[in-house]
Amino acid sequence: MGRAKPPSKATDDWAGIIGPALGLGFAVFAFGLSFGVMCIDAGGSVPKAMAMSLFVFTGASQFSAVSVLAAGGSAASAIVGALILASRNAVYGVAVAPSLTGSLPYRLFASQFTIDETTGMTLAQNTPQRRRRAFWVTAASIYVFWNLATLIGAIAGSNIDTQKYGLDVAFAAAFVGMLAPLIVSPRARRVGFAGAVVCLAVTPFVPIGAGIIVAALVALVGLRPTADAGPVVSTGGPA
Amino acid sequence: MTWALIVVLSVGAYALKSAGLVGVGVRDFPAPVRNVIALIPAAVLSALIVKDTFTAGHDLQIDARAIGVAVAVVAVWKRVPLWLVIVLACAATGITRAVS
Repeated sequence: MGRAKPPSKATDDWAGIIGPALGLGFAVFAFGLSFGVMCIDAGGSVPKAMAMSLFVFTGASQFSAVSVLAAGGSAASAIVGALILASRNAVYGVAVAPSLTGSLPYRLFASQFTIDETTGMTLAQNTPQRRRRAFWVTAASIYVFWNLATLIGAIAGSNIDTQKYGLDVAFAAAFVGMLAPLIVSPRARRVGFAGAVVCLAVTPFVPIGAGIIVAALVALVGLRPTADAGPVVSTGGPA
Repeated sequence: MTWALIVVLSVGAYALKSAGLVGVGVRDFPAPVRNVIALIPAAVLSALIVKDTFTAGHDLQIDARAIGVAVAVVAVWKRVPLWLVIVLACAATGITRAVS
């Protein structure tokens, strides 16, 4: 009668990373499905939806661009809004850089996967080896689930009446989920509230989708130093 | 949605990602820049939520979408898993449309 061998330290390490990474992948799957469906609804095609998820690969920005286009906004508004939202990935890059030292091609490759989920998972680990592993395992999980879900959503989207099933609120609901972990500090909450008010206030007067860009200017209050700046990185939700 | 838009977005997003990891690397951005960037998602995501909920083109309006997003807010507040948040919000809006 053999006794179960206690898991070796190494196995334990991998399990502690792979489990949460798969959990994040599953959460991202729902977002990817809605992205695929809405991408078709906004005048995209299956190849275009896939190109977005494979190459742009930063969910909140993809949602933002499609949301602006779906509302009838210009390509310029869609692009500027999405890239302003993607600027946080530059900060994430700095945060994970110490864990991803290596050759230039290695770091250029890793850059494509520097997003909310990989950064959150990486920074949550306590040793350099675990941080590096967490980055790559999470990157693989998110990349596979996000793209698979986009494909399924885009194919299904061609045959779905999005209005009938209320799918036009899928993005807004996803944005609510992404926003929640970002507004823990009072300052971020005030900025969020102000962003919403500014967007609605300017909507009748600016090109469709430009309200998002005007609202982003509220973030400039960050130039004023404060004690409660809050964390840059959140592990709360895929974005 | 043109291919040009997708290419610009892909290049732009990659440029931002690599600017941090490869460009700045283990040094860091100045604190004011970091603070502004940290606050952008709160401002932009909130703006996107109200845009998708209360606007139609240049007009402001309240319709079945508001019900769905209200359900999403409650669901997130109650810590419902994110996939279920989306399902509940869509269902609430779809049902509201069906009965009205």
